[in-house]
Amino acid sequence: METATSNPDMSSRVEKPTVALFVTCLVDAMRPQIGFAALRTLAAAGCEVVVPRAQTCCGQPALNSGDRATAIDLARRTIAALEGYDHVVIPSGSCAATIRVHYPEILHDDPLWSPRAEALAARTWEILAYLDEVRGWRPDAVSLPATATYHDSCSGLRELGVKRQPRRLLGAVAGLSLKPLAGEESCCGFGGTFCVKYPAISNAIVGEKAAAIDATGADLLLAGDLGCLMNMAGKLHREGSPVRAFHTVEILAGMGGGPAIGEEA
Amino acid sequence: MTSFKTRTAAALADPLLKVAVERTAGTAEAKRALAVDAFAGFEDARTRAAAIKDHVIANLDTYLERFEANATAAGATVHWARTADEACAIVVDLCRRAGARTVARSKSMLGEEIGLPHALAEAGIRRIETDLAEHIIQLADERPSHIIWPAMHKTREQVSALFTQHHRDPHVEETVAAMAESARRELRSGMLGADVGISGANFLVADTGAICTVTNEGNAELSLVPPRMHIVTAGIEKIVPSMAHATHMLRLLSRSATGAAMSQYTTFYAGPRRAGDRDGPEEMHIVLVDNGRSRMRDEGLAEMLRCIRCGACMNHCVVFRQIGGHAYGSTYPGPMGAVLTPALDGLKGNQDLASACTLNGKCQEVCPVKIPLPTLLRGWRERSWREGLEPVSVRRGIAAWAWVARRPALYRLAVGGALRAMRLAAGAGGWARRLPLAGGWTDHRDFPKPAAKSFMDRYGAGER
Ligand code: SF4
Repeated sequence: METATSNPDMSSRVEKPTVALFVTCLVDAMRPQIGFAALRTLAAAGCEVVVPRAQTCCGQPALNSGDRATAIDLARRTIAALEGYDHVVIPSGSCAATIRVHYPEILHDDPLWSPRAEALAARTWEILAYLDEVRGWRPDAVSLPATATYHDSCSGLRELGVKRQPRRLLGAVAGLSLKPLAGEESCCGFGGTFCVKYPAISNAIVGEKAAAIDATGADLLLAGDLGCLMNMAGKLHREGSPVRAFHTVEILAGMGGGPAIGEEA
Repeated sequence: MTSFKTRTAAALADPLLKVAVERTAGTAEAKRALAVDAFAGFEDARTRAAAIKDHVIANLDTYLERFEANATAAGATVHWARTADEACAIVVDLCRRAGARTVARSKSMLGEEIGLPHALAEAGIRRIETDLAEHIIQLADERPSHIIWPAMHKTREQVSALFTQHHRDPHVEETVAAMAESARRELRSGMLGADVGISGANFLVADTGAICTVTNEGNAELSLVPPRMHIVTAGIEKIVPSMAHATHMLRLLSRSATGAAMSQYTTFYAGPRRAGDRDGPEEMHIVLVDNGRSRMRDEGLAEMLRCIRCGACMNHCVVFRQIGGHAYGSTYPGPMGAVLTPALDGLKGNQDLASACTLNGKCQEVCPVKIPLPTLLRGWRERSWREGLEPVSVRRGIAAWAWVARRPALYRLAVGGALRAMRLAAGAGGWARRLPLAGGWTDHRDFPKPAAKSFMDRYGAGER
């Protein structure tokens, strides 16, 4: 997979860009604080943030299930909801990759929608890459005395080249030390619908991942995709591990002192 | 045949399988990483390899004709087979003409693909598998579970037991060396006494008419040179324009497969024994097999024909590493197999293969010829959906979700309702150990209780 380290559209290094936050269906329902963390970090990085009302889900479940017609329909609706802003920012590598890589593919033969898909793709960013690469922002005011380990979620890593950005950002959090995770680039076995279609295989994969995370001895597990985090955190908790899981952007927003995934507020 | 899920469950329940797969694939993964690091310009080499194959696949007729002309000029006879059955018939016929009672076979995945072992048995021809791993699975009466290490699913201990049971003069000590010696004693006489030698080809070189084989045991050389006749079966996509192109591909093949800079034995064969040659077969026959390949090219799977059968995609696949090769139920396992099998054997009955993948993209990252395996797998999922092969439950689920997702206001309401229901079902505490309708998840992991209110509801109410 080509790793895109920089976005094709750097034209809009706007002073105070208007950013549309795409919340993702999983963040919306399961863990709203990731959305609020995104609002806070983007504001701190000098963005004017709006949350377009018409957004629902990017269509990834349909796309990955082979239901191309539905994926195309939801892609068009999502494009219509998100275009017209300087940038679109998403707290998920896989949803960002859906818009940036897959919308242009599935709308390629549509003379009306193909240019709109391309234009949106060029303005769409995974949030950690955006904060680091486009805004050059650092969480200078944040401190968290803890050790953490980082899992590179597959879509962000391989489709968008998100690798160094989260580490650079986390490196600026005072008191936080990062421990390397064995097999940090290998899939956790979530895979969207994969984990419900093939639960036994998925479980075998995440079991190994959980063991590797435990072996780091870190307090915290961090990643950039809520789906993967729920999978890994759910396995860690079932196995009785004390490791607590957060979305990276929560840490960057100074919310690392709050409840981790699966902890009651 | 059993279903994919049944085979998967059996594989997951077998602790020895996991040990065996992890030993081999884990080592291969680590060694490949070192080899790639030491190879300056590896990325460019991949790009060039992909371009070479694309060029050949786009001009297949030209190169095949050139190969045929040059192979014929070198004294070989070229045969064409459209299907697996045709290919087997040609081989069996040649063996009969040579009066063969025993054939020495050197490992070939194409031979497995076309069912050659079975065809030879039906014809009453004794087959001696000269590759050590193939020999092991022949004794065990099994099929290969990996394209590079056909017996990777067997532990050393299991192999030792097989040899003790089947070899005429078995090993006394249970060391690798003693076992290898036992196999050598068993196989060498068979190789030397065979009437016909049968092999595959790693590459077909158009401008010389040579075939190229790569082995680490030297068994190909030993089993193909002494017999009176050498028969090659090869897929038509194995062609490369010249020796220079073949060597370029070879540099990538061995590193991607085992992490070695080169395989132990790399041999080019052009034609049978010539006047004055001291050894070599009297006849050389090359059977060029299509078996669905031209159809793949015409039906949007041309990129898959780049495959040089290195096995890197399966060695690095999280799913393969858990279930091993037999669970795939066909000749080719892992990511490349999940793309190839439906193309060769039809999608119906094989549709599970494409969905049993997390689309994590690792296979594409390591593929030396940059095959976009996840994209091709997604293509099969789309076709499976169009043809109605996906389970009704999945279709209904996606349809219901999409219906709501098209209506943002209703979607908000639905999310709110779902959250209340989930929180109720989850009970007290932050984690649910059991959730109705989510058994696939909660059988193995806990589920974090969702938020009381969605982000959109809270944001809409003015929270920031
Ligand atoms: S698909 Fe690529 S990685 Fe897999 S066997 Fe073929 S060449 Fe090797």
